[in-house]
Formats: sequence, C-alpha cells, structure tokens
Amino acid sequence: MLSNQDKKIIGFLQEDLPLESRPYKRLAEELGMTEEVLVEKVKELKDRGALRRLGAVVRHYQAGFRFNAMGCWQVEDSLVEEAGRKISSLSQVSHVYERPAFPPHWPYNLFTMIHGKSREECEETAQKISRETGIKNYQLLYSEKEFKKTSMRYF
Amino acid sequence: MDEIDKKLLNIMQEDFPISPEPYKELAKRLGLEEEEVMERIIAFKEKGLVRRIGGIFDPRGLGYQSTLVAVEVLPQNLKEAAERVSSYEEVTHNYQRNHRFNLWFTLIAPGQERMEEIITSVGDLPGVIRTMNLPCLRLFKIKTYFNMETMTNRDEITARRE
Repeated sequence: MLSNQDKKIIGFLQEDLPLESRPYKRLAEELGMTEEVLVEKVKELKDRGALRRLGAVVRHYQAGFRFNAMGCWQVEDSLVEEAGRKISSLSQVSHVYERPAFPPHWPYNLFTMIHGKSREECEETAQKISRETGIKNYQLLYSEKEFKKTSMRYF
Repeated sequence: MDEIDKKLLNIMQEDFPISPEPYKELAKRLGLEEEEVMERIIAFKEKGLVRRIGGIFDPRGLGYQSTLVAVEVLPQNLKEAAERVSSYEEVTHNYQRNHRFNLWFTLIAPGQERMEEIITSVGDLPGVIRTMNLPCLRLFKIKTYFNMETMTNRDEITARRE
C-alpha cells in the first residue's frame, strides 16, 4: 500500500517544512529524484486522501479562540443525521462526530468541539444548538488540565 | 498583523502551494518578494501563531485507526494515571475534564489489537473505575483552518461514515 519511499515523504511532511527557497531539495537528493517528481508524489498522497492538508498549522489559542468546550449530546439514532448536519453548519463548531453511547454511564452519542472567546460564549453556542435542534440532554466538558497535546508521529 | 499578513496566513492554511519553490509561489500570488514572505512567516512562528508548516494526515489513509477513550479514575489517582496514559506514544491528546469521566485521551495505532491492549492496560491502573472506548461512527465535520480575515473556521469534510 505505502512504499518505503512514501513513508519517508510522510515522515518529512510531519516535520516543519524548511523555510528555504527549495525546501524539498535535500529530501529529493536523498531519494534520488528531482524536486518536481517529489512534489508530484506529495500531490498523489493528497489525491489518495492520505494527506488531508498541507499548510500552516495555526494555534487557535494564539488566534484569540481561548476557550473550547466538548459538547456531548444525547440524540435519538434516527435524528443523528439531521442534528449532525445542522450543528456542522455553525462556524463556532470545529468537529462533529457520532460516537457510541455507553449506557448507563454515558448517554451521549454526538460529540462537538465548540470554540469561543470565553466560557460564556461556548455556553451560548450550546444553548443555541439546543434550541435549534431540540436536543435537551447535553453536557459541556471543559479541559481542566492539558496533559498531552502532540501531532501523531506515523511510521 | 496587517492585511497582507492575514491574506498570507489564509493562503498558507487553505491553499499552500505544493511546489518545489512554495515561498516564491506565495510571493507571486501576493505580489511580494520571496524574501518578504519568508520574513513574515518567521514572524508568525516567533509570535507562536504558526506552530508549523506541514502535513495533516488522515490516520485511516495511512492504515491507522483512532479512537477517543474516556476514563473514570479516583481523584487521588488521577495524576498518576494521566502520566501513564501520556507516556504511550500512541496517545496524541490527553486532558483532565470536569466530569465523573475525568480523563479523556485520543489514541492512534496501526491496529485494533494495539488499541485494545492500551485501553486494557489503562483500565488496570490504580484507581481506574472504568474506561469507555468511543470510536468515531460517523464524521460530520472536521475543522481545518481558521480564516484570519473573517475570524471564522471553515470546514473541509462534511459527513462520512466510518
């Protein structure tokens, strides 16, 4: 599926792209190909969907979105599709996932990451979601401590 | 941050050139010199606004699987459990949260077996009452980039069954 060459390229792209006129030069030499061919291989990874995006990774915290809440919603199975789409349309919400509920300990099956400039702003967004979807039972979980936050190192 | 900075940062997030000379390409699009683009990027990094320039990969596209795990652990054992969880290189994010399930972490591994092995080990840690494995069943949205001009997120994926 993925060749060793692909894995080397993926490894390279997990680092910070060198801030040099020709950032791919060294890797291309190492792989014995031209930079043009190497760049084509990167495009292939993107077309295949293995590479979701290439570009700047911005710190949201620095960009002014200091607060985020994990909003967890209890939604009837038949309504998940509609609720998921509705919530996805909000710009304050970055991630929307359906996950299994875990009764009786955990009834919530729709997960959302809500961003705001304050805790209150996150709460307002959650109230708005509740009003618009009719979902009454939800929980906002805040992170009280960050123990780890890294990018995955593949291979 | 001026208008050029905002434009540059948007292009860098949304449409970074995949080209042998990406910075030159960026400069061309903005009507700047390559050197100026590089200086602005250095400033972004110094300010901590840009963490890195690189690839974001889809674990599934690379043959990996991912999940979210919630742990209910006694308060007096939380710190120790959190440290043990963080020590796995397969764990990418690990937070204490305000709930009976007070420890939440994301796990990315090459296979189901390894994921279950880690979750089972976490379940055996002192003070851990229960763990929940909450893999994604359906993906509705995943944010990618933050528009500096309008200060809004834009999404790239909507609705995908896992």
